[in-house]
Amino acid sequence: MEPIIEVKHLSKSFGANEVLKDINFSVNKGEVVCIIGASGSGKSTLLRCINLLERPSGGQIIYKGENILDDKHDVYKYRQKLGMVFQQFNLFNNHNVLSNCTVGQIKLLKRSREEAEEVALRYLRVVGMEQYIHAKPRQLSGGQKQRVAIARALSMDPDVMLFDEPTSALDPEMVGEVLKVMKLLAESGLTMLVVTHEMGFAKEVADRVVFMDQGVIAEEGPPEQIFNNPRQERTREFLKRVLNA
Amino acid sequence: MSLEWIVRIVSEYWPMFLRGAGVTLLISIIGTLFGSLIGLVIGVIRTMPMPARGIKRILLKTVNGILAAYIEFFRGTPMIVQAMVIFYGTALAFGIHMERLTAAIFIVSINTGAYMAEIVRGGIISVDKGQYEAAQAIGMNHFQTMMNVVLPQAIRNILPATGNEFVINIKDTSVLNVISVTELYFQTKSVAGNNFRYFEAFFVACIIYFIMTFTVTRILRYLERKLDGPETYTLNQMQVATPEDMLRLTQRN
Repeated sequence: MEPIIEVKHLSKSFGANEVLKDINFSVNKGEVVCIIGASGSGKSTLLRCINLLERPSGGQIIYKGENILDDKHDVYKYRQKLGMVFQQFNLFNNHNVLSNCTVGQIKLLKRSREEAEEVALRYLRVVGMEQYIHAKPRQLSGGQKQRVAIARALSMDPDVMLFDEPTSALDPEMVGEVLKVMKLLAESGLTMLVVTHEMGFAKEVADRVVFMDQGVIAEEGPPEQIFNNPRQERTREFLKRVLNA
Repeated sequence: MSLEWIVRIVSEYWPMFLRGAGVTLLISIIGTLFGSLIGLVIGVIRTMPMPARGIKRILLKTVNGILAAYIEFFRGTPMIVQAMVIFYGTALAFGIHMERLTAAIFIVSINTGAYMAEIVRGGIISVDKGQYEAAQAIGMNHFQTMMNVVLPQAIRNILPATGNEFVINIKDTSVLNVISVTELYFQTKSVAGNNFRYFEAFFVACIIYFIMTFTVTRILRYLERKLDGPETYTLNQMQVATPEDMLRLTQRN
């Protein structure tokens, strides 16, 4: 298995507060990895460190054999290869649905407008939003916004997609439509790293589940192990808490 | 009778009023435009993320210090005093003789620039942090983020405040009569003095000022609505996802 991203001894502190401690893990090509854990366990920070929205305090992030934390490394080129989906959608408010998906392609990948629109339409069709290309973000529901955000990230042809609690800000009836799209992407062989509270999704879709607790990876393994036969006491406790809630 | 005098003054002196109004509009339009450009540039510089260390940090700190001094100075002193200093002051102290109209536009521009710099800074700060993060996450650098995502939203948000500045400029060009620029107030003063009819002449000036400011407000309001785009959107009539689309997505990896 070929790792796309390897995280080695990663740490992150906000002042005296150590949020991530010596994190080691990797994401392989074609794999779906779900990160679960309680609020404040550091899972979102880990994801944000991986695409450098937060600057790690120490350690390495190896992408295609290069440590992207080296000063000489081109951060912007690296970020283009990682698709990011946020909890709060963060669609560009000044662009309509179509142009949300084309602006990055045109300005960064230097694609022609026609090509960019073709790519965007293809992915908007996959997420079921091709009818809404003229709508502005403020005219869409949360689930619709998140699906457009997924299409926007896909339009950049990323090597790996990062999802930061993509359904946490959604009304319950809209969670399903977003998870459905994500499942479709997982089945298509896309490499995905998903921070989530949706245990059902993790159990069903993930190839590997990472359980984080207090800034460290407490347990890591296939979903059968984590959900049916956890080895660590704290994994068991966490699952008991969230599954019985 | 006043009404008679008003009619008489208008019919006799309308070219003077018109020229005055023209100069007033010219100074305030160009001044607001240049001022907005100055403000935009300064606002962008002042919201740049501070580099952690190195020569760039020292440079940016110095520039920010100079810009802050400029803003504080021009916001903190009256334009009428600035006009005296810049026009007569530089002429006497340094022998620099400026054209009156050029000096007027220069004064209004740098004065507006100081206010606009803070307005733009506020507009940029008010754009949601998620917008920066999303732009950065797809690989945009600071400049690209500003041009494609943040500034269009910031500019839309500061349009009402910019309109305010424009209206203030139309009215405040009247203080430039101290450097004898032939704007509307200066012309009205001449008309009033020649006929010793202050009420009538200045009443006409009032109406002209009001027409100018009201028109500008309306135009800006229209511009705002235009920028917001239509309230509704049309659905794009196309087939839903076909199996081929799914296949193409699958083959990509």
